[in-house]
This record gives sequence, structure tokens and C-alpha cells, in this order.
Amino acid sequence: MTTASAVAFQLLQSVFVVLVAPLLIGWVNQCRAWLQNRSAPSILLPYYTLAKLFHKDAVIAHDASPLFRLTPYVLFGCMWLASGIVPVLATSLPFAPAADIIALVGVFALARVFSALAAMDIGTSFGGLGARREMLIGFLAEPAMLMTMFTAAFISGSTQLTTIVDTLAHREFAIHPSLAFAAVAFAMVLLAENARVPIDNPTTHLELTMVHEAMILEYSARHLALIEWAVALKLFAYFTIGIALFLPWGIAQAGDWAGLPLAIAALGAKLALGGAALAVTETVLAKLRLFLAPEFLSTAFLLAVLGMLIHFLVLG
Amino acid sequence: MATPFSTQLVNLLAAFLLLLAFAMLAQRRVLTLIKMFAWQGAALAASTLIVAWSTGQHHLYFSAALTLALKVIFIPWALHRLIDRLNVRWDIETLINIPATMLIGIGLVIFAFALATPIAQMASTLTRSTLGIALAVVLLSFLMMIVRRKAVPQVIGFLSMENGLFFAATSATYGMPLVVELGIALDVLVGTFIFGIFFFHIREQFDSLDIRHMEKLKED
Amino acid sequence: MEIALVLGVPLAGGLILALVGHLRWAPEVNAAMSLVTLGASALLTGRVIADGPMLALDEQFFVDPFNVFLVALTAFVAFTTALFSRPYMRIEEHHGRVNAGRLRLYHSMYQLFTFTMLLCLLSNNVGILWVAMEGATLTTVLLVSLYRTPASLEAAWKYFILCGVGIAQALFGTILLYFAAEKVLGPGGSSLLWTHLYEVRHELEPTVLSLAFVFLLVGYGTKVGLVPLHNWLPDAHAEGPTPISAVLSGLLLNVALYAVVRSKVLVDGALERNFSGNLMMGFGLLSVVVAAFFLSRQKDIKRMFAYSSIEHMGIMTFAFGMGGTVAAFAGLLHMTVHSLTKSAIFYTVGHAAQATGTQEMASIRGLIQQSPAIGWGLALGTLAILGMPPFGVFTSEFMVLTTAMHEHPWATPFLLIALGVAFAAIFSKVQPMVFGETEARRLPHPPALIPVFVHLAIVLLLGLYIPPYLVDWYRQAAALIG
Repeated sequence: MTTASAVAFQLLQSVFVVLVAPLLIGWVNQCRAWLQNRSAPSILLPYYTLAKLFHKDAVIAHDASPLFRLTPYVLFGCMWLASGIVPVLATSLPFAPAADIIALVGVFALARVFSALAAMDIGTSFGGLGARREMLIGFLAEPAMLMTMFTAAFISGSTQLTTIVDTLAHREFAIHPSLAFAAVAFAMVLLAENARVPIDNPTTHLELTMVHEAMILEYSARHLALIEWAVALKLFAYFTIGIALFLPWGIAQAGDWAGLPLAIAALGAKLALGGAALAVTETVLAKLRLFLAPEFLSTAFLLAVLGMLIHFLVLG
Repeated sequence: MATPFSTQLVNLLAAFLLLLAFAMLAQRRVLTLIKMFAWQGAALAASTLIVAWSTGQHHLYFSAALTLALKVIFIPWALHRLIDRLNVRWDIETLINIPATMLIGIGLVIFAFALATPIAQMASTLTRSTLGIALAVVLLSFLMMIVRRKAVPQVIGFLSMENGLFFAATSATYGMPLVVELGIALDVLVGTFIFGIFFFHIREQFDSLDIRHMEKLKED
Repeated sequence: MEIALVLGVPLAGGLILALVGHLRWAPEVNAAMSLVTLGASALLTGRVIADGPMLALDEQFFVDPFNVFLVALTAFVAFTTALFSRPYMRIEEHHGRVNAGRLRLYHSMYQLFTFTMLLCLLSNNVGILWVAMEGATLTTVLLVSLYRTPASLEAAWKYFILCGVGIAQALFGTILLYFAAEKVLGPGGSSLLWTHLYEVRHELEPTVLSLAFVFLLVGYGTKVGLVPLHNWLPDAHAEGPTPISAVLSGLLLNVALYAVVRSKVLVDGALERNFSGNLMMGFGLLSVVVAAFFLSRQKDIKRMFAYSSIEHMGIMTFAFGMGGTVAAFAGLLHMTVHSLTKSAIFYTVGHAAQATGTQEMASIRGLIQQSPAIGWGLALGTLAILGMPPFGVFTSEFMVLTTAMHEHPWATPFLLIALGVAFAAIFSKVQPMVFGETEARRLPHPPALIPVFVHLAIVLLLGLYIPPYLVDWYRQAAALIG
């Protein structure tokens, strides 16, 4: 494996991720529409939306500080970084050592802090409200997320996602009950962190229930486009982390061009399945009242901790 | 460390049992609670079956069938009938809020695991983790009985505790001798029957199945 | 053969009375069945005394001096209680507290309860012991709620739940025991037999056994009524029919303690240090002290004597926990005299409550005036249970105390203080109930007080002079468990 080849792989993945992320959102929306007996929008709709937003003129509040303008770029950057270093198509990417799973959670936290600050920056009531709710959810989701990651890390003996994936993908098949627990916990965190039902509703603009949408109400045009794109990337990143941790089979090695078609096909299949599953969950579940969110997330935390405990017990 | 596939399956089912014990602890609806209890019984029957198959202990097939008949079909059905007859499909109130209960539950699991680890290490039987999980299920059901105020959830807690014990018996020791198992099953059956009678008596006297009405007998 | 008879008669009795228990002569049938059981157990006792321990029915049943002594005691108290319950339940029916249907339940369950108790004692299988013990809970739980009053339902529910939970712990202990035994004896039915376990007790895994013992002690200890697992006991005693209070106190607690002691013998074999003994001493002492202090706060007479039962079970647990032949001898003697005295007290208390229509001690006055037999029975029974010489309770308590002074001097002050507090509490409450003016009514049926005086006479006899063959018997039993 030459370095150049590996770097090329890394670049390919980064570009691929950015391009494919909105497709995932489109797919989820389409599935959801089918399940809810609506005629489905085009799977490419998110791209049209992004294009439309980029062509509009941005309107910014008079009181907005530079932070407000900066935030969309930070968000986009964070999410791009995150999805760039997750082993999506291949392991052992050259950028991967930049962040292990703990740092990855940190990257997400950084994005969250920025979006919360930006939401409060304008001083509208919705912004503050959304930011507060977002921080509450984040505060509860992060420990659960970390616990999930730790469970996987304990099994493979490393906090590097690459190593985890390598270990999990290339050992003989074994059922890890602890991983099953962690997977459920991770799914719950994924729902909460990506503003999906039952914690938030990505399509709502009902003031009582908005969380994420309340934070970005003031954005328009290219800023909004970047944020939407970041949201798509975040969902994509979470999906790929989930895949890396719990369904790593079929991934290629960096530089292994021959494995690439299989890796892409496997990823496509997994993402399609995952997206459909997400749509089903969102259709089946009803949105929880906000004060039930702590319960939901503490359940996730609990599951993650249980997974870890069981891991220790099984190993003795 | 290559563990046989059957062991992995039993481990998975054990984890599932534990998960269900937690889910029952968090559950607010009686009907779902009964459903979960049935699932717990199903997991129990499946794990018994796997143990029976992989160790060749024939009497365990019988236990599995007994579990299936009693805990997956009969008792849930009887409980359903009961709550239909009593018309008590209320949500469950708990004494402590659910996240706090969960945290206590985690503490109990850690305690159970710590208690079971030294024993598990000397186990030569199929699985080592199961004893700790069984103990954890027992303790969690115990917790459920403590934090629930209504009679039906308390009874389900009681029965789920028995599930945990049964699990310990099958997977940690390949099952107790058949006479004993039959005796235990008989006790559970009669116990459920008596509980059913009790529900009617309690409702007749108190017009509700809320245990709070039954706190008169205290030391003053 | 005798074993089959001892177990078969009450089982058959339970089934027969389930059919005819509501008839006018059902109480006589009940008493007759108990009498036959007593006869059978006398035969069994004679045989075991003469021939030594025996196994029966593919080793599933096992009789040695220790359990045959309890079998005899159980059958005897069950018989006298059946005699007492004959007029007692008739009076209850006359007062309209029970109807024919409930009497049928009562009689049938009474016999089945006796059956489960005897099965506990005679079974050689630790698992069957558990099953029978749970069966004992199941048979008595509907008897505790026999009156269907709110209080009795509450008591029965508490009894059911707490004992159910407790006994579940014992099952876990049993599973652990099996887990350890299986390694030595191999899987299969024989790994749960006391006799087999006893032979290999030195080879059993100590870690597993110590944990198993904790679970067994907590589980069966709930049924013994050890503090802090005693909550069900006063309620169940106070709210159920008095004959049930008598057999709960006199028999069930003993049998549960029997299970604990049997487990202790096994665990002591496997463990070097006196782990089980210390635990039992701790629980016993705590029970004695806590129960003694609760005694003075009681208003309900049956509740008070229920606490007194906790106290005495504590003394026995402590005695067995100390170990050694003398302490075990004292424990066994105390078991006997406590069973007899406490059931006698409950007989008189039952009739006293019927005569005055209340269980509130403040409202019961002048029993001697109303019925000298009830009054004197209660007075003498109280003196006996408080450990007054020359009753047998004094002898056994004296032995426990002297052994404690000798081997565990730190425990003696606790025991003495608790006994003193108990004495003050009970005596000051019973004295006004016995003497003074009365407003009690006449009972519609003549009370059965012969059992009371028979019991007290035996207790007195045991205090003055224990016949040599009985001493010998106790020694054999004590040697088994000491």
C-alpha cells in the first residue's frame, strides 16, 4: 500500500461522503413517504433544495455577530471532518489517526456548542429555547454515546475506529451480547442526536416541539444550505459509525482499489437498509414530550452500561 | 477464545433476559408488562432448549416445554383474562421515578455481577456469565416489586423473579432434577392461581388494586 | 411404610376435607386425621429410636433423630391444634365471621399445611424441601385472609409477597448448592440429597457454599421471622384465625429453622471458619433484641405474642449458631418448649379474644373471672414463655445463656437485657388482662382447653425432669447438628 494511493483513497472518501450524504436524507424521506402512504418526493430532492438555497441571497439579522456567520462553516467543517475520518469505505485511512472515537464525540460536541451559541446570538426567544433543549439532549446523549463506543473499544482493545473495525470485521463470527446492547443504545443516541422522532421532528415547525429547527430559524440561503448539508453529513456520519461498529463486514483496506466496488456496494446496501429502518422507526414511534427525553436517553445510557457490564461478565 | 455457538446463543438470550428485566422495570403499561413477561418466558424456553440440545440432557426438553406452556402461554393468558375481568388497564404508578429506578437497577446489576464473578470463574458448565445475569434478573424483579404500587405488577415481578431463578437452574447447572422442577412449576402455578383469587378479594374490599390502601398494618 | 402413612394421611385428609370440610362433623374429621398422623409419626419415631436413621423410597426420604423429633412435635401440635380449632371455628361460625365454604377451605388447607410441613421435614431432597416450604406458604396464605377483612387481606398479601420473595432467595441458594454439589456428585437427582451432600460436604466448593448459605439463610430466615425479614409475621399472626397463628408460630417457624440448620451443617463441613454460625448468631441476636423492644409497643394481643415468637426464634437461631452439642441441645429443647407453650398461649388467647370480642389488650380484662381456665391458662402460659422456673423454657434459656457466657461472653448482656425487656413488656400487659373485673360474654360452645393444660404440663415436666430416653434422643440429634 503506497502512501499516495492511501491519500487518494482518503480524498476519494471525503468527496464521496459530501456528495452522497444528501442522498441518504432523500432516501429516508422517500421511505417515510411510502410508509405514510404519501406520494414520495424525488430521492434527489435534498440536492435541489441545496441548489435552490445556494442561489438565494442571504438575509442576516442586524444584531448578528460574526459568530453567527461563522457557525454554518464550522458546522459543515466539523461534520465533514467527522465523516471523513470514519472508516466509511476503507480502514487505515491516513487521516484516521487524527481522531479516535473520543475525539470524534468531541468534534460533534464542538459543532453543537457552535450551533447553540449561534442560536442564542440573535436573541430571539426561539433560538434560546432551541439551544437550551439541544444542550439538554446533548448533555444526556454524549455519555450514552461514549459508553457505546467504549463497549466496542473494550472488545477490540483500542479506541481507534480503524482498529475496531479491523478487529470486528476480520475475526471469526461470534455473537457479542454486549455489542447488541451497545447497538440498541447507539440507535437511540442516533435518533436523539440527529433530531429525529421520537426526540425531535425534523419536519416540524411547531413551536412547542421544535428543538433543532428552532435553532436554525434565523438562517437563510447559503448559510441554511450549509447547515442542512451539515445535518445530512451528521446523519451520514452517525450511520457510518454505526455500521463501522456493528456491521463492519465488506469494508476495504485503504489503497485496495480492487475491494472498492464491493465496499461501495456493501455500504450502499447497509445505508439503504439503515435508512429504511430509520424511516420505519420514525413512522412507528410518536414524538415524546420533551421532559420524557431524559428518560429515553437515560435508557440509552443504561443499555450502553449494561452492554459494558455484560462484556466484563462474559469475559470473566 | 473460540466459544461454541450454543454458548454464544445462551449468552445472547441471557442478555435478552436482562434487557427484558430492565424494560419491565421501566414499563408503564400493564398490558405491555404482561407481553414482556411472556417474552421473558420465551427467551427462557429457548435457552433451555439450547442447553438441552447442546448438552444432551433430555429432561431439559421437558422443562423447556413446561416453561413454554406455563410461562409463555398459560400465565400471560390468565393475567390477560384477569385484567380484562377486573378492568384494570391503568398505567402503572411507581414510587420512584423511572430513571432513578434504572440507576438503582444498574447498581444491582453491578452488585450481582460482582457476587457471581468468583463463582462463575470456577464454572465448568456451559456458560459462566449466566449465573450473574440470573442473579441480576432476580434482584431487578425484586426491585420492581418494591417500586410498584399496584398488585398486578407486583405479581409480575414475582413471576419474573422466578424466571431468573429458573434461568440460573437451567444454564448454570443444567437444570435441577426433574422432581424438583415439577414441584417448582406446581408451586408457581398454584401461586398464580392464588394471586388471581387475591385480586378479586382485594378489589372487593378496597375497590381498587392499589397497594397503598394496604398500609394500615404498621407499627405505630 | 410409616413414612408413607405420616405423609399420606394428611394429604388424604386434605383431599377428603376439600369435599366434606363444610359439613357439621368436619372438625371431628380434621381432628381424627391429625390423630392418625400423630399415631403414624409415633410409630415412625419408635422405629427410628430403635433402629437408627433410615432411608426410604429410593433415598428420597430420610429420617434421623433430628427430624423425627420435629416430626413428632409437628404431628403432636397439629393434633392438639385441631382439637382446639374444633370449638374455636364453631364459635367463629356462630359469630358469623366464617361460613361453611370458608370452613371447608380452612379444614382442607389445615391438613395440607400439615402435609407440607411433614414433607419438609422428611424429604431427603433439598429441592423438595424448598417446594414443600413454598407449599406451606401457599396453603396458609388463604387461611390468613380467611376472614376477608381489609386488614386480613393486607396481612395475607404481605405474607405472600414477602415470603414468596424470601423463599425465592432460598431457591437461588438451593441452585447454588446444586451447582457446587454437581461438581462432586455429578448431575442428577442424587446431588440434591442431604445424605449424599453430607458425605461429601468437605469437598464442596467453599466460595459457592458460603454464598449459597447466605441465600438460604435469608430465604428460610424470612420464614423463621428473623429480623429484619420479619415484617410479615406479626400481621399474619394477628389477622389470621387463631389456630393458624398457633401452627405458624409452633410449627412453621420451627420447620424453616430446621432448613437453616440443615444447611448450616453442610456449609460448616465445607468452610474452615465458623462463617455460617456467626451469621446465624448475628441474625438471632438482632431478632431477640429488636423483637423484645417491639413487644412493649404492641396493642394487639396476638401481635404481641407474634413478636414474642420472633424473639424466641432468635434465641434458637443464636443457639444453633453457637454450635456445639450443648448449644444444639438447648436449641432443640427450646424448639420443643416454645412450640408447646406458644401454641398453648394462642389457644387461650383465641378464646379470650372470642369471649371479649376484641384483640385489643386494653379492652380485655378479668379473664379469670369470666373463665378461670382461660385466665389461668394465659397466666401460666405467659409465665412459661417468659422463662420462669420451673417451666422448660427456663431450662433451655438457661442453657443457652450459660453456653453464651462461656463461649461468646459479648452476647450475654444483649440476651439478658432483651429477656428482661420482654419480661417487663409482656408481664405488665398480661397481668391486667387476667385479673380484675370483666365484661366478657359467655362462649356459645365450650372452649377446648385440655390442649392448653396438656402442653403446659409437658413444658413443666421438661423443666423439672427430662426423662433419660428423651435426653438420649436430644443428644443424638444435637450430635448431628452440633
